[in-house]
Formats: sequence, structure tokens, C-alpha cells
Amino acid sequence: MHMNRREFLQLLAVAAASGMALDSKSALAGKAPANFYEVPRHGNVSFLHFTDCHAQLLPVWFREPNVNLGVGDSYGKTPHIVGQNLLKAYGIKPGSAEAHAFTYLDFQEAAKVYGKVGGFAHLKTLVDKLRAQRPGALLLDGGDTWQGSATSLWTNAQDMVDACIKLGVNVMTPHWESTFGAERVLEIVNGDFKKAGIDFVAQNVVTNDFGDQVFKPYVMKEMGGVKVAVIGQAFPYTPIANPRHMVPDWSFGIRDDGMQQWVDDARANGAKVVIVLSHNGMDVDLKMASRVTGIDAIFGGHTHDGVPQPVKVKNAKGVTLVTNAGSNGKFLGVMDFDVRGGKIQSYKYRLLPVFSNLLPADKDMDAYIQKVRAPYADKLNEKLAVTDDFLYRRGNFNGTWDQLLVDALMEVKGADAAFSPGFRWGTTLLPGDAITMERLMDQTAITYPQTTLTEMSGETIKTIMEDVADNLFNADPYYQQGGDMVRVGGIEYTIDPTKTIGNRIGDMTLKGKPVEAKKTYKVAGWAPVAEGAQGEPVWDVVASYLRDKKVIKGVKLNTPKIVGVGKNNPGIAAYDGSYS
Amino acid sequence: MNALRRNVLKGAAGASAVAVAVAAGLLKPTQALAAAPRSAFEAKNVGDAMKDLGAASPADSKDITIKAPDIAENGAVVPVEVTSAIAGTTMIAILAEKNATPLVADFSLANGAQGFVSTRIKMGQTSLVRAVVTAGGKSYTAAKEVKVTIGGCGG
Repeated sequence: MHMNRREFLQLLAVAAASGMALDSKSALAGKAPANFYEVPRHGNVSFLHFTDCHAQLLPVWFREPNVNLGVGDSYGKTPHIVGQNLLKAYGIKPGSAEAHAFTYLDFQEAAKVYGKVGGFAHLKTLVDKLRAQRPGALLLDGGDTWQGSATSLWTNAQDMVDACIKLGVNVMTPHWESTFGAERVLEIVNGDFKKAGIDFVAQNVVTNDFGDQVFKPYVMKEMGGVKVAVIGQAFPYTPIANPRHMVPDWSFGIRDDGMQQWVDDARANGAKVVIVLSHNGMDVDLKMASRVTGIDAIFGGHTHDGVPQPVKVKNAKGVTLVTNAGSNGKFLGVMDFDVRGGKIQSYKYRLLPVFSNLLPADKDMDAYIQKVRAPYADKLNEKLAVTDDFLYRRGNFNGTWDQLLVDALMEVKGADAAFSPGFRWGTTLLPGDAITMERLMDQTAITYPQTTLTEMSGETIKTIMEDVADNLFNADPYYQQGGDMVRVGGIEYTIDPTKTIGNRIGDMTLKGKPVEAKKTYKVAGWAPVAEGAQGEPVWDVVASYLRDKKVIKGVKLNTPKIVGVGKNNPGIAAYDGSYS
Repeated sequence: MNALRRNVLKGAAGASAVAVAVAAGLLKPTQALAAAPRSAFEAKNVGDAMKDLGAASPADSKDITIKAPDIAENGAVVPVEVTSAIAGTTMIAILAEKNATPLVADFSLANGAQGFVSTRIKMGQTSLVRAVVTAGGKSYTAAKEVKVTIGGCGG
């Protein structure tokens, strides 16, 4: 669907008139979309921040989760609030454009009204508009930028590298970037990025042998006479969550002692504003902000939480603001500081949804995107099937897209059960949309796509599920890796997220029969982290399944029974299974 | 400069021959370090190992700092640093509690040496990494959990 602004406003009026779940006053009168992007500058030091766009160069649909449970001290706190609870917490009007951007509520209807989100040509227009009012503002890229689409995989990340240079990125920190291999990362950092003046920073990546910094820990910039430092924090668990062999000589980790050292160093060198550009994930950022002193703000990503306003975290010497800027190109964070007398006096923050219908495409960026896609057009546009179902991924336990993947794996591989990683990227499809090769690649485009079929004992299956559940629900954020629960096909189970490792998963059944510890099952999977794994790429397996089915209809979501989280938990709503 | 340092060290093979021999399993830690009795390294549980070290019931101490990853990147080589701020530290031992033989390393320090050791240990599963320190005839301890995970599935 492509509309100009006039058509969009007309549709909005029609939608409201036809009784859709829109607040007609806010959507049509008062704060009309015409001034949606009027964000007057506050103060004199500004940062623009995007993160986790997952290589989506064109506008997409992306549904936010209806399950995002917080455990321990995080229970019911940002970012573990969904739907109406999130709207209430941040005073967002139900039915408004923001409500659509920040929640899953009425997604299908609202998507038709508000249109697609993101896209680098539209983002470029917004960045330029904000920069025009904010001379010297820095554009920060929080990582997970080079991975997630067919074209980024097929161009070895070059399409995104060139797009980020055109967009005007100033500073970046990595996560999935590393899955292109250490050599390729260094080639870009020391080549294209260096030439373009983009700083690639990460204080927590050091060599295995001597602990030397692999990248610059931080960069010092000057804005309107004020010195500002941007410290990088790469995803701490890259060699664990992703293949170790792709970055064999680098060690990561949270390293908050190192963080403290570089904050102090930046302050000693005259920084009046110290920013951390982080790929920790929000819960880890919140804990780090309570332990490390002297950081003014952490601009975070990884956990894909679209958080409307910063969380203020107290520590021994002051307060640190923690943000998280969503994913898939949906949002641009705008942080304005008023710095006077060597100190931050006040701030203003907006997390702006990038509605492609409201932002005309930048011509130059648009032409670049068309050009970079052209050689792959036939492959990208191959129509594999049509979906009658609503296909999305995000959520702690399952999504219909992942269900489709595990269904395909089980059928094609002849497996009893299947595992699919709990990735948080991957776009959304509305009923009636075509499933093209490009949309399938949105869910699967990684550099280790091999599928596997393994004989596993029931005990091993449980161990794996317990291990992943602990990466998600460990009460200490420093032990969380920021993905969602492994998607399980074929096996039904109960989970109590509040328990400890080994005690969360129970009542495992396969076709109604208990999974036996000693019995062997055939389990299909993909994305092996071990070196040398062999197997057909997952997109080929699923593409053959889709071509065969032609129409996807009635995908049955395998949702675990959740216990221990409470009926009134603000982190869960509209759940397909049962919870208590 | 770092590359140069690396090459110099690679060239000086003799300097690292002992470390290589230990890593390759040619030398048992007991032979290389010889601070604790052999029985301590062969003990099958933490209690026996500590008894054999002569530190049967050490007192918990905040003056011992253990630096190790929260989650190991590779269970086969987990970097562990122990700093003892206790005056007169003469021994630092490292135990991985759930290893089949928990005592991993034991260092004896000459009186007046800085209480700091750094090494890499092998861990089969998630476990407390415990440091035991002796100073002035008394023993002290601290522990930190290091998680060993299957990996994969990161968002």
C-alpha cells in the first residue's frame, strides 16, 4: 500500500467514521498528523538514536509483543508492560498513532490505517529534518543494523554499510554485525567507516590473549562548545548466543569495571556529557546504570523494547537515564540536553515512530535502495505462498511466524519436534499478504542458517529448554541474554518463569503422551552455533514447504501453559494459552 | 605495538614452553606449582579438597575479589583473577565447585608478594568458583557463580 499524505488523511477519516478503534478527536482534529514531527529543539546538545533496524531498508509491518514478562525486581516494570498497561503508564491515547506504534493492540486494523513503519528513505527525511534544527547533533546506531534481510546477507552487509553512510551515522556499536566474521567487521571499520568518519566503539570487546581493546572504547565529540563522550557497549554475550568461531580471538562480557574506568577517563578529559551507546538489552542497562556512576544516559537496544520515555536510575553519585529504542526501523530516539555551566540542567526525550506515510521518501536514499535491490529483484519477489493468517514473531514464547517455521521443519524433516531460536527480529505479515522469498528471509537471514535433525533424549530436550528459559528469566539481569524463549514445535509444556534453572519446565507432552527422559526423539532445528555444522539452509526448507502449501491458513500456535506469573501481570495480555 | 608484542612472544617459544606443557596436559598442575599435596587435587568434593589444603573451615571474606565472567564464553578456558587484600597472603587456591575434582589451581606466594593471581580454568557446568586464601596461619574464602550455558538462541 502506497499513499501520499492526502490519501492517508482521507483514509484516516474514513476509518474513524466507520467506527474503528480510533480516538477520532486526537487522530483527526487537535494534534493532526501534520505536526506529528514538529519537535522543537530543547537546549544545546542533541543525540538521535536508532537501533536494531535489522537491515530493513524498506518500510515494514512490525507488531510489538503481548507477552514480555519481567521476573524478580523487574516484575511489572518498564520494559515489562504490554498493551493497555503500557498506554496507561505513558499517558498514550488508545487508538492513536502512538498507541499503534508502541503496542500490539488492534494491530491489523490499525496497520491498515497508519501504514507501514520505518524504511531508510523515510528515516533519512526525518533525520535531516531534526538535524536542521539541531546543528551538530550526533546520529547513533545501536547495532543489529547489518543483519536481518536478504540483501544484507547477500551483499555481505555492504548494502547497510553504504545506507548508514548515506544516512549520516556518526557512532556505532555492534552485536549481529559480528556474525559476518571478525575479519569482515574490521574491514568495514577500518575501511568504509573510517573513510566516512564513522566511529565504531565498544569498551567491552578485548582480545583473548592480552585483553587489549579491539575497538575504540569511546569517542569524544564537541557540540556547540560542549565536549561529549560516547562510550560503546557491544552485546556482551555475542560469542555465546551467536557462534563463537566467528569471533574466535575476541572476548566480550559486561565489564562494568571497564565501563567505570572509561567513564572516569572521559570525564577527566573534559566530557560534560557522557553517553553509553549500548547493546546490553534494557534489563542489563538498568542494572549497569545502578552500579556504574557518571553516565548521563544509556541509549539502549537489543531487547527491542519501544520505551516512550527514559527510566531514571539512581546510583551512588547521581541519576542515569536509560532508554530503549525498539526495532526494525520503527523508531528514532531524540534526546535534547540543556547543558550550561558544565552541567546538564534538563533534558527532553521523544521516541518518534517512523510512519512512512507521513514522511516523504528522501530521493537520493530511495534511488540508492532501488539500485542495491535491483540485481536481486527476481529472487526477492518470488511469491512462495499467500497467508490467510496474521504472521508475527515477537513475544516471550511464540509467534505465528515461528510456528510456521517449526511446522515446516517438522514436516519436511520428518521430526517429532522442532526448535527455532527465540529471535526478536523479523517482520509481520497481514492476512492476505503474499509470503515472498524476501519476507521469509526477514525471519531467517543469518550467516549460520543450517538445519539439523538430531536424536535427543527427553532429558536433553528438557535441559535445552531449561537452559534457554534461564537465559530469559534469570532473576539477575546480568545472566540474561536478551532473546525470547526457544520456539518449540510438537511438544507442549508448562513453564514457571519465576523458578530457577532446572525447575521451570514441566508437564512436557508429545501428541498427548508424556515426554520420557530416557526415550529418544527426532528433533529438527536451525542456527547451530557449533563450527562445521552441515545442513540445508532453513530458508530452502521452509520455501519448499510454502510452495507446496500455496496458502497458509489455520496455523495453530503452540503456547505453553504459564504459571507463577499472576493473572494481573502487566507483562502479559491477550495470551492464546492459559496463565496464572 | 600490540602486534609486535604478540610476535615477540610467539618468537620466544622457550618463555611459554611451561604454559604450553601445562595446557597440553603434559604436566599436572601439582608438578608445575607444587604448593598443595597431590591428594587435594584428586579430592572429589570441595570439603575434602579444602581439608587437604589445610583450610577446612575458612571464614568468608570481603577482602577477596574474584573477577570471572558471569557467563563463560568457553567453558574450557574460563579466565579467573583473584585478588586478596588480606595482609600476609601466602596462598591462593581456586576451586570450581562442581568439577569432578574441584581444586583447579593453588599458588603459594612468598611473604610480601602482592595477593594477585590470574589463570584460566576448565569448567564442565555452571558452578561457584571459589577462592581460598591463607594468611597469617588463618584461611579465608569468597565465591562467585560462573554460568556455563549451551549457547545459541540469542535475540
